[in-house]
Amino acid sequence: MFGSTGLFDELQRIQREMDAVFGAAPWANGIRSSAGAFPPVNVGTTDEAVDVYFFAPGVDPDSLDISIQNNVLNVAGERHIIREEGASYYRMERFDGEFRRSFSLPDDIDPEKVDAAYKDGVLHIRLQRKESSKPKKIKVS
Amino acid sequence: MTDKSEMVKKSDTEVQPAMKQAEPSIRPAVDIFEDEGGITLHADMPGISKDRLNVKVEGDVLTIEGDAEIPMPEGMQPLYADIRATHYQRSFTLGGEMDTEKVEASLKHGVLTLRIPKREEHKPKKIEVQVG
Repeated sequence: MFGSTGLFDELQRIQREMDAVFGAAPWANGIRSSAGAFPPVNVGTTDEAVDVYFFAPGVDPDSLDISIQNNVLNVAGERHIIREEGASYYRMERFDGEFRRSFSLPDDIDPEKVDAAYKDGVLHIRLQRKESSKPKKIKVS
Repeated sequence: MTDKSEMVKKSDTEVQPAMKQAEPSIRPAVDIFEDEGGITLHADMPGISKDRLNVKVEGDVLTIEGDAEIPMPEGMQPLYADIRATHYQRSFTLGGEMDTEKVEASLKHGVLTLRIPKREEHKPKKIEVQVG
Protein backbone atom coordinates (compact mmCIF):
# COMPACT_ATOMS: atom_id res chain seq x y z
CA MET A 1 0.00 0.00 0.00
CA PHE A 2 2.78 2.44 0.92
CA GLY A 3 5.42 1.14 -1.47
CA SER A 4 9.14 1.51 -0.82
CA THR A 5 8.87 4.88 0.93
CA GLY A 6 6.27 3.51 3.32
CA LEU A 7 7.98 4.44 6.55
CA PHE A 8 8.68 7.97 5.44
CA ASP A 9 5.09 8.42 4.25
CA GLU A 10 3.89 7.10 7.55
CA LEU A 11 5.98 9.63 9.47
CA GLN A 12 4.69 12.41 7.26
CA ARG A 13 1.16 11.23 7.81
CA ILE A 14 1.65 11.30 11.59
CA GLN A 15 3.03 14.80 11.38
CA ARG A 16 0.23 16.04 9.15
CA GLU A 17 -2.28 14.51 11.50
CA MET A 18 -0.81 16.22 14.52
CA ASP A 19 -0.64 19.55 12.70
CA ALA A 20 -4.21 19.08 11.51
CA VAL A 21 -5.58 18.09 14.90
CA PHE A 22 -3.77 20.63 17.04
CA GLY A 23 -2.87 23.32 14.55
CA ALA A 24 -5.90 25.39 13.82
CA ALA A 25 -8.76 25.08 16.29
CA PRO A 26 -10.09 28.33 17.82
CA TRP A 27 -8.57 27.75 21.21
CA ALA A 28 -9.79 29.10 24.52
CA ASN A 29 -7.26 28.84 27.31
CA GLY A 30 -8.06 26.92 30.45
CA ILE A 31 -8.59 28.99 33.56
CA ARG A 32 -5.77 27.19 35.35
CA SER A 33 -3.26 27.59 32.53
CA SER A 34 -0.70 30.34 32.40
CA ALA A 35 1.05 31.49 29.26
CA GLY A 36 4.41 29.88 28.75
CA ALA A 37 3.87 27.34 31.50
CA PHE A 38 6.24 24.39 31.59
CA PRO A 39 5.69 21.82 30.34
CA PRO A 40 3.44 22.65 27.36
CA VAL A 41 0.52 20.23 27.07
CA ASN A 42 -1.73 18.88 24.33
CA VAL A 43 -4.89 16.93 25.04
CA GLY A 44 -6.88 14.90 22.53
CA THR A 45 -9.85 12.58 22.83
CA THR A 46 -11.27 9.52 21.14
CA ASP A 47 -14.27 7.34 21.93
CA GLU A 48 -12.02 5.01 23.91
CA ALA A 49 -9.65 7.31 25.75
CA VAL A 50 -8.26 10.73 26.55
CA ASP A 51 -4.62 11.20 25.52
CA VAL A 52 -2.53 13.82 27.29
CA TYR A 53 0.93 14.81 26.00
CA PHE A 54 3.36 16.72 28.20
CA PHE A 55 6.30 18.16 26.25
CA ALA A 56 8.82 17.83 29.08
CA PRO A 57 12.32 17.24 27.72
CA GLY A 58 15.26 16.52 29.99
CA VAL A 59 13.18 15.38 32.93
CA ASP A 60 14.20 12.42 35.03
CA PRO A 61 11.21 10.05 34.65
CA ASP A 62 11.61 9.03 38.30
CA SER A 63 10.92 12.59 39.40
CA LEU A 64 7.47 12.57 37.79
CA ASP A 65 4.50 12.42 40.13
CA ILE A 66 1.25 11.66 38.31
CA SER A 67 -2.07 11.47 40.18
CA ILE A 68 -5.80 11.68 39.59
CA GLN A 69 -8.09 13.12 42.23
CA ASN A 70 -11.71 14.19 41.84
CA ASN A 71 -11.36 13.89 38.06
CA VAL A 72 -8.41 16.24 37.94
CA LEU A 73 -5.14 14.98 36.50
CA ASN A 74 -2.08 16.36 38.29
CA VAL A 75 1.43 16.05 36.96
CA ALA A 76 4.35 17.33 38.99
CA GLY A 77 8.07 16.95 38.56
CA GLU A 78 11.29 18.83 38.40
CA ARG A 79 13.96 19.68 35.93
CA HIS A 80 17.17 20.75 37.51
CA ILE A 81 19.60 22.36 35.12
CA ILE A 82 23.20 22.20 36.26
CA ARG A 83 24.98 25.43 35.41
CA GLU A 84 28.59 25.23 34.43
CA GLU A 85 30.70 27.21 36.85
CA GLY A 86 33.04 29.76 35.39
CA ALA A 87 31.37 29.70 31.95
CA SER A 88 29.81 32.81 30.41
CA TYR A 89 26.12 32.31 29.70
CA TYR A 90 24.66 34.00 26.63
CA ARG A 91 21.17 32.50 26.77
CA MET A 92 19.24 30.84 29.58
CA GLU A 93 15.80 30.22 28.14
CA ARG A 94 15.18 26.68 29.32
CA PHE A 95 12.94 26.08 32.30
CA ASP A 96 14.74 25.25 35.53
CA GLY A 97 12.96 24.12 38.67
CA GLU A 98 9.82 22.37 39.88
CA PHE A 99 6.62 22.27 37.85
CA ARG A 100 3.02 21.25 38.34
CA ARG A 101 0.13 21.24 35.88
CA SER A 102 -3.47 20.18 36.41
CA PHE A 103 -6.24 19.29 34.01
CA SER A 104 -9.93 18.64 34.50
CA LEU A 105 -10.85 15.35 32.87
CA PRO A 106 -14.10 14.24 31.29
CA ASP A 107 -16.44 12.54 33.79
CA ASP A 108 -16.19 9.10 32.25
CA ILE A 109 -12.48 8.41 32.84
CA ASP A 110 -11.63 5.16 34.57
CA PRO A 111 -8.91 6.07 37.09
CA GLU A 112 -7.85 2.41 37.23
CA LYS A 113 -6.98 2.34 33.55
CA VAL A 114 -4.22 4.86 33.06
CA ASP A 115 -0.93 4.28 31.25
CA ALA A 116 2.02 6.64 31.17
CA ALA A 117 5.12 6.46 28.99
CA TYR A 118 8.06 8.86 28.65
CA LYS A 119 9.84 8.85 25.29
CA ASP A 120 12.14 11.43 23.67
CA GLY A 121 11.10 13.99 26.27
CA VAL A 122 7.34 13.56 25.75
CA LEU A 123 5.23 12.17 28.58
CA HIS A 124 2.17 10.49 27.08
CA ILE A 125 -0.63 9.65 29.50
CA ARG A 126 -3.51 7.60 28.17
CA LEU A 127 -6.65 7.58 30.29
CA GLN A 128 -9.27 5.09 29.20
CA ARG A 129 -12.94 5.85 29.37
CA LYS A 130 -15.20 3.65 31.49
CA GLU A 131 -16.60 0.64 29.67
CA SER A 132 -20.14 1.86 30.30
CA SER A 133 -19.58 5.10 28.42
CA LYS A 134 -17.92 3.68 25.31
CA PRO A 135 -20.17 3.63 22.28
CA LYS A 136 -22.02 0.34 21.98
CA LYS A 137 -23.94 -1.29 19.24
CA ILE A 138 -27.41 -2.30 20.25
CA LYS A 139 -28.92 -5.28 18.59
CA VAL A 140 -32.56 -5.25 17.75
CA SER A 141 -34.07 -8.59 18.68
CA MET B 1 3.80 64.16 7.80
CA THR B 2 4.22 62.82 4.31
CA ASP B 3 7.67 61.54 5.07
CA LYS B 4 6.48 59.73 8.12
CA SER B 5 3.60 57.91 6.43
CA GLU B 6 5.95 56.81 3.67
CA MET B 7 8.29 55.35 6.22
CA VAL B 8 5.49 53.41 7.84
CA LYS B 9 4.38 52.05 4.48
CA LYS B 10 7.88 50.96 3.63
CA SER B 11 8.44 49.06 6.85
CA ASP B 12 5.05 47.38 6.44
CA THR B 13 6.05 45.91 3.10
CA GLU B 14 9.34 44.77 4.55
CA VAL B 15 7.68 42.87 7.35
CA GLN B 16 5.21 41.03 5.17
CA PRO B 17 7.40 38.33 3.59
CA ALA B 18 8.43 37.05 7.01
CA MET B 19 4.80 36.75 8.09
CA LYS B 20 3.91 34.73 5.04
CA GLN B 21 6.10 31.77 5.95
CA ALA B 22 4.16 28.69 4.99
CA GLU B 23 5.29 26.11 7.49
CA PRO B 24 4.65 26.85 11.15
CA SER B 25 7.63 25.96 13.25
CA ILE B 26 8.62 25.94 16.88
CA ARG B 27 11.66 27.89 18.02
CA PRO B 28 13.26 25.61 20.60
CA ALA B 29 14.32 27.15 23.91
CA VAL B 30 18.09 27.10 24.34
CA ASP B 31 20.82 27.58 26.91
CA ILE B 32 24.18 28.65 25.49
CA PHE B 33 27.43 29.09 27.36
CA GLU B 34 31.08 29.49 26.54
CA ASP B 35 34.13 28.24 28.34
CA GLU B 36 37.79 28.25 27.39
CA GLY B 37 37.48 25.34 24.99
CA GLY B 38 34.34 26.29 23.12
CA ILE B 39 30.60 26.84 23.15
CA THR B 40 27.94 24.44 24.44
CA LEU B 41 24.30 24.64 23.40
CA HIS B 42 21.35 22.80 24.94
CA ALA B 43 18.04 22.88 23.06
CA ASP B 44 14.62 21.60 24.15
CA MET B 45 13.23 19.50 21.30
CA PRO B 46 10.69 17.08 22.77
CA GLY B 47 9.49 14.35 20.42
CA ILE B 48 12.71 14.38 18.41
CA SER B 49 14.58 11.13 17.88
CA LYS B 50 18.08 10.83 16.44
CA ASP B 51 16.94 9.97 12.92
CA ARG B 52 14.58 12.96 12.72
CA LEU B 53 17.14 15.54 13.80
CA ASN B 54 19.19 17.64 11.42
CA VAL B 55 22.16 19.74 12.56
CA LYS B 56 24.06 21.60 9.85
CA VAL B 57 26.56 24.38 9.38
CA GLU B 58 26.38 26.39 6.16
CA GLY B 59 28.99 29.13 5.95
CA ASP B 60 28.97 30.50 9.46
CA VAL B 61 25.31 29.70 10.16
CA LEU B 62 24.45 26.80 12.45
CA THR B 63 20.93 25.42 12.02
CA ILE B 64 19.16 22.88 14.18
CA GLU B 65 15.91 21.43 12.93
CA GLY B 66 13.73 18.38 13.12
CA ASP B 67 10.21 17.00 13.15
CA ALA B 68 8.67 15.70 16.35
CA GLU B 69 6.96 12.36 16.25
CA ILE B 70 3.93 12.11 18.51
CA PRO B 71 2.02 8.80 18.56
CA MET B 72 -1.66 9.57 18.11
CA PRO B 73 -4.65 7.25 17.85
CA GLU B 74 -6.89 7.38 14.78
CA GLY B 75 -9.73 9.85 14.83
CA MET B 76 -8.46 11.97 17.69
CA GLN B 77 -10.30 15.19 18.46
CA PRO B 78 -8.37 18.09 20.00
CA LEU B 79 -9.37 19.31 23.45
CA TYR B 80 -6.49 21.60 24.37
CA ALA B 81 -3.14 22.51 22.82
CA ASP B 82 -0.12 24.54 23.83
CA ILE B 83 1.91 23.03 20.99
CA ARG B 84 0.47 23.51 17.51
CA ALA B 85 3.30 22.48 15.21
CA THR B 86 5.72 19.58 14.94
CA HIS B 87 8.60 21.26 13.11
CA TYR B 88 11.49 22.72 15.09
CA GLN B 89 13.93 25.18 13.63
CA ARG B 90 16.44 27.71 14.91
CA SER B 91 19.66 29.20 13.52
CA PHE B 92 22.69 30.92 15.01
CA THR B 93 25.64 32.74 13.49
CA LEU B 94 29.01 31.36 14.54
CA GLY B 95 32.22 33.33 14.86
CA GLY B 96 35.19 32.41 12.68
CA GLU B 97 37.09 31.10 15.69
CA MET B 98 34.73 28.13 16.04
CA ASP B 99 35.85 24.80 14.59
CA THR B 100 32.76 23.75 12.66
CA GLU B 101 34.40 20.50 11.53
CA LYS B 102 34.44 19.22 15.10
CA VAL B 103 30.90 19.88 16.27
CA GLU B 104 29.63 17.09 18.52
CA ALA B 105 25.91 16.43 18.95
CA SER B 106 24.06 14.21 21.38
CA LEU B 107 20.40 13.73 22.22
CA LYS B 108 18.81 12.57 25.46
CA HIS B 109 15.17 12.73 26.58
CA GLY B 110 14.41 15.30 23.87
CA VAL B 111 17.30 17.63 24.78
CA LEU B 112 19.90 18.29 22.10
CA THR B 113 23.44 19.05 23.28
CA LEU B 114 25.93 20.59 20.86
CA ARG B 115 29.57 21.16 21.62
CA ILE B 116 31.33 23.51 19.24
CA PRO B 117 35.06 23.70 20.01
CA LYS B 118 37.23 26.70 19.29
CA ARG B 119 40.07 26.29 16.83
CA GLU B 120 43.30 25.47 18.61
CA GLU B 121 44.91 28.81 17.84
CA HIS B 122 41.97 30.64 19.43
CA LYS B 123 42.05 28.85 22.74
CA PRO B 124 43.37 31.09 25.48
CA LYS B 125 46.91 30.39 26.53
CA LYS B 126 48.04 30.81 30.04
CA ILE B 127 51.07 33.02 30.45
CA GLU B 128 53.22 32.20 33.38
CA VAL B 129 54.44 35.15 35.34
CA GLN B 130 58.10 34.80 36.17
CA VAL B 131 58.98 35.96 39.59
CA GLY B 132 62.46 37.42 39.38
